[in-house]
Amino acid sequence: MFTETPFGKYKRRSELLARCVLGGMVAAMIIPLFLIVGYLVKEAWPLLSLNFLFTNPTGGMRHGGIWSALLGTLYLVTLSLLIAAPIGVMAAVYLNEYARDSWLTRVINLAVVNLAGVPSIVHALFGLGAFVLFAGMGRSILAASLTLAIMTMPVIIASTKEALSAVPLSFREACWNVGASRWQTIRGIVLPNSISGILTGVILQVSRTAGETAPIMFTGAVFFKKIEAGNPLAYSIWDQCMALSMHLFTITTQVTDAPHALPFATAVVLLATVLVVNTISIALRMYLRSRKRW
Amino acid sequence: MDTPFCDDVQIRVKDLRIAFGNKEVLHGITFDVPKHEIFAIIGPAQSGKSSLLRCLNRTLEFVADARATGLVEIDGEDVRKVRSVYELRRKVGMVAPLPVGLPLSIYDNVAFAPRSAGLHDRQELDTLVQHCLEQAALWDEVKDRLDSLGTKLSGGQQQRLTIARALSHQPSILCLDEFSIAIDPVTTMRIEDVLKELRKEMTIILVTNLVQQARRLAQRTMFLWNGEIVEQGPSEKIFSEHPTSQKTYDYVHGILGNEASLKRGTQASSPIARKTFRPGRFESAAGAAHSSHCDARFKPVVRGFPCAQASVNEYQAR
Repeated sequence: MFTETPFGKYKRRSELLARCVLGGMVAAMIIPLFLIVGYLVKEAWPLLSLNFLFTNPTGGMRHGGIWSALLGTLYLVTLSLLIAAPIGVMAAVYLNEYARDSWLTRVINLAVVNLAGVPSIVHALFGLGAFVLFAGMGRSILAASLTLAIMTMPVIIASTKEALSAVPLSFREACWNVGASRWQTIRGIVLPNSISGILTGVILQVSRTAGETAPIMFTGAVFFKKIEAGNPLAYSIWDQCMALSMHLFTITTQVTDAPHALPFATAVVLLATVLVVNTISIALRMYLRSRKRW
Repeated sequence: MDTPFCDDVQIRVKDLRIAFGNKEVLHGITFDVPKHEIFAIIGPAQSGKSSLLRCLNRTLEFVADARATGLVEIDGEDVRKVRSVYELRRKVGMVAPLPVGLPLSIYDNVAFAPRSAGLHDRQELDTLVQHCLEQAALWDEVKDRLDSLGTKLSGGQQQRLTIARALSHQPSILCLDEFSIAIDPVTTMRIEDVLKELRKEMTIILVTNLVQQARRLAQRTMFLWNGEIVEQGPSEKIFSEHPTSQKTYDYVHGILGNEASLKRGTQASSPIARKTFRPGRFESAAGAAHSSHCDARFKPVVRGFPCAQASVNEYQAR
C-alpha cells in the first residue's frame, strides 16, 4: 500500500546522508576538544594538587604553585565584570528600550558591533594610552581591568540587546496602555523576563576575560609578583599582578628549564577556572529559565 | 436601541490623518463620541481602525515611523497637550485584539496598573482586583488561583484578564479592539452584557469585524474603508436595509468588493464610483439616489446573519 517511489528512495538516502554529514561535523568538533583536555590533564597530572593552587611560584618560576597568578586572574575577571556588566547592561537597555530609530542610534549600534570585532591587542594599546599613561593609573590591576572591561562591553551590550528583544513587544504595549511608564515596564516586565539571557551573556564573557593575554600585558600584568600565599586579599587594585594566561605564556617562552608538567598544570587550572564559571552560569540560567513565565 | 444618556461630547476627533512612513492610512476623519455611548467602528482590515484607537491614548507614538496630524480631544483637552500622558492612558482603557496575559500572577496582572499609579494598599488592591475580575466575567473561574500565572490561562480567559486589566485603572473611556476574536460565543455574550452595564459608567469604543455585534451593542456606528469614513450614524440606519451609502450595505452584508457588488457598480449612476471605487464619493449627491435605488432592490434580504454567498446568489437570481 505504501510502496516507495523512486523519489521516496532518493529522499530517504539524502536524509541519511545529511544526518551522517551533520553528525560527523559534531564529532569533528567534540573529538579534538576531548583530546586536548585529556592530553593536558595527562601531562599535568604529576603537579596537580591543592598545594599547587595555594603556593606561590618559587625558584624563578621553576617550582612551587601558581597562587599569585590565579588570584591575579580572579581579580582581573571580577573587577572587569563589575565595571563592564552594569554599564553594558544599562547601555543595552537604553539602546533597546528608549532610543528611537534614528541615524544616531544606527551609528551607535554599528559602532558597538565594530568595537566587538576590534583585536584585543588594539584594546591593549588603547588601555596603555588612556588608563596607564593619560589617566595616570600606572600599570595596575585597575588599569588592566578597565581595559578588559572596554573589550568585553560591546559583546555584553550585543547579547543583552538580544535578550531584551526576545521579550514580546505585546507585553510592553499592554503595560504602556495601562499608563505605566517605560521604566515601570522595564522593571516590572522586561528585565525579569530577560534576566536569564542577560546573565548568560555577561558570564560567558568571563572565559574570554580570563583567557586574554594581550590587553593585560601592557596594562597591569607582570612576569613575577610575590604576594602572601593563600591570602585572597593579597592584591590591591593599584598593584601590578600576575595572571594565569600571562604566566602560561612566560613559563613556556621565557623559562626554558621549567618542569615539563608546569605549563600543562597552569593550563588545566585556567581551563578549570573557566569551566567552573561556565557551570555556574549554566546552572543559574537553568534556574532562571525555570522561572520564566511564558 | 437606547438613546444616549447625555449629549456631552467626550471624544472629538477632527481631520485626523495617520501615516506610516509615506503611506497615509487615515485620510482625515472627523467624528464625535458623546459620553456614555457605545460607538462601534467597523471596516475591513487595513482600514486604520486600530491606529485610530492608538491615537486616543497616544500609544501610536511608540510606532517608529507613525505620524498623526489633526485634532484629538478627550474631555475637551487636546491629547497632544496633556500634562501627563500616563494619566491620559489611564483614562482610556485599551483592549488589544489578541489576549496578552502579562507574565505575572493573575492578581498582579490586574494590580499592575493601580500599582504603577502608586496604589500599594493591599486591602484596596484586593477589592479593586476582585471588582475588575467580576466585571470581566472571570472572577468565578480564577478566584481560587489568583497566584497562578496569567499566561497559563486559556486564550479566552486571558482575553477577559486583559479586559479586567483595562478596567483596573478605572478609565472613563474603554476601547475594545476586536475583543471577541479569541473568546467563545457564550463568554462573548456575557461580556457584551457587561459592556451594556459599563456604559452607565464610561464611554465605549468598539472596533469589531462582527457587524452583528456592533448592531447589538452600539448606539452609533462608523464605517471606515480605506482610511476614510464611508458613513457614520445611528446603528439602526447603518444596519438597516437602506443605509445612506451603498458601500455600507454591501459591507454589512458581506458582498463589498465581490462580483455582485462590482457588477452593481457598473450599473450605478456615478461613473466615478465605478472607475476608482473609492469610499466617500458615494456620500455626496449620488447618495440619495443610491439609497432609493437599493430600497427597491434589496428589501428581500433577511435581517439576521447575512451570508455573503447567499446574498450574491440572491442578487444574481433576480
